[in-house]
Amino acid sequence: MRVVEIQGSPDDFLSGQIAVVDADGIRKETRLDVVDRWPDIGDYLIIHAGFAIHTLEAKEAEINLRLMRELAENVAALENADGRS
Amino acid sequence: MKYLDEFRDQTLAAPLLDELRRSVTRPFRIMEVCGTHTMAIFRNGLRSLLPEGLELISGPGCPVCVTSASHIDAILSMAEQPKVRIALFGDLFRVPGSNGLSLAHASSQGAKVDIVYSPMDSLELAKRHPDELIIFLGVGFETTTPGIAATIMAAQNNNVDNFAVFSTHKVMPPPLMALLNDPELQIDGLLCPGHVSTIIGAGAYQPLVEEYGLACVVGGFEPADILQALIMLARQVGQGEARVENAYTRAVRWEGNARAQQMVSKIFEPVDTEWRGLGTIPLSGLAIRDSYAQFDAEKRLDIKLIPAEEPRGCRCGEILKGKQRPPQCPLFGTRCTPGNPVGPCMVSSEGTCAAFYKYGG
Repeated sequence: MRVVEIQGSPDDFLSGQIAVVDADGIRKETRLDVVDRWPDIGDYLIIHAGFAIHTLEAKEAEINLRLMRELAENVAALENADGRS
Repeated sequence: MKYLDEFRDQTLAAPLLDELRRSVTRPFRIMEVCGTHTMAIFRNGLRSLLPEGLELISGPGCPVCVTSASHIDAILSMAEQPKVRIALFGDLFRVPGSNGLSLAHASSQGAKVDIVYSPMDSLELAKRHPDELIIFLGVGFETTTPGIAATIMAAQNNNVDNFAVFSTHKVMPPPLMALLNDPELQIDGLLCPGHVSTIIGAGAYQPLVEEYGLACVVGGFEPADILQALIMLARQVGQGEARVENAYTRAVRWEGNARAQQMVSKIFEPVDTEWRGLGTIPLSGLAIRDSYAQFDAEKRLDIKLIPAEEPRGCRCGEILKGKQRPPQCPLFGTRCTPGNPVGPCMVSSEGTCAAFYKYGG
């Protein structure tokens, strides 16, 4: 889910460390107490039971996708070389 | 949804499936450790598409399923106490204890039971019901524990004194080692859990490679993620190799989430604990440290765990060890259904029996 707002700071343990996240227009709050990296607006969070457990940048998801596409494209290239559809 | 739909894209999954078929060069068995993987594989129809020779068996990675009957009995005894309100994640609500009754029954008899989304909701309940002790049921693996540790920290920081946690938390590597020591269980590799690994890191599986020569690949939960992980496993097994690989690079690092690990270590300490079907496994559970004893429901209410029998005929234990499949259980689909579950594997949304019942074997 994409971060659209951040309340509190990394060293603010008393008043709460919260991100507002957006998923397809639905917004909700998630706690940042145990997240691995303090997020920036626009980053994505993996959330479990109300707590963000991982911050990822769009480029990390893109790298993951690129590796998969390369795997998939290799297969397509092999199939073409074999004369298969 | 951005960065979800892409990993569900059929134009990506179809060639990956072709590559998986190519990669399977000899029969092999993979254990999918995590209940979320089990459900994702069924829900996306992957099981029926897998190439011949690749067998997937489910492991002990559904936290509700591995919660022992004696722990459920202890939970029910707490729910009966006056001025106690139980807060829990929904899956546990209908899991029967040794007498066949569950929190659902207790609730219908007047016990105060609230299903919550986050452990932090328990602190709201504590504010709203100052004359009651709110007990959050801590059931889960490494993904869940950091948030519960943070909730205990928040309770302390905000002087919430009518809140405690009943900890049945478990950690993943010890039961895997216990299973792998069983000569009856023959597997070639592990599809390692995604979000548990976000916390503990892919490096946590290195001892399994070194001690058992097992191929270990961490996978995400979308169809393309699972197929990519299975391709990596098939290649390792086919080439006679064993190493840890990470197919979920966007969410998992080798060292995991250090901040969450520190939070957990501060609040919890490793203890021996009982697993349904697996018995007591050394240092496989997490108890609240003495320095946070005021938030430990077991100490606060002096709860004693009493050994309890599993439901008669229920094969959850064998299913959790990957030794049997749900249709081999005499109760499956007859006496035990999602509407009237006997064992926890049929109750939980991540349970293997529930998956087989819903999607077919």
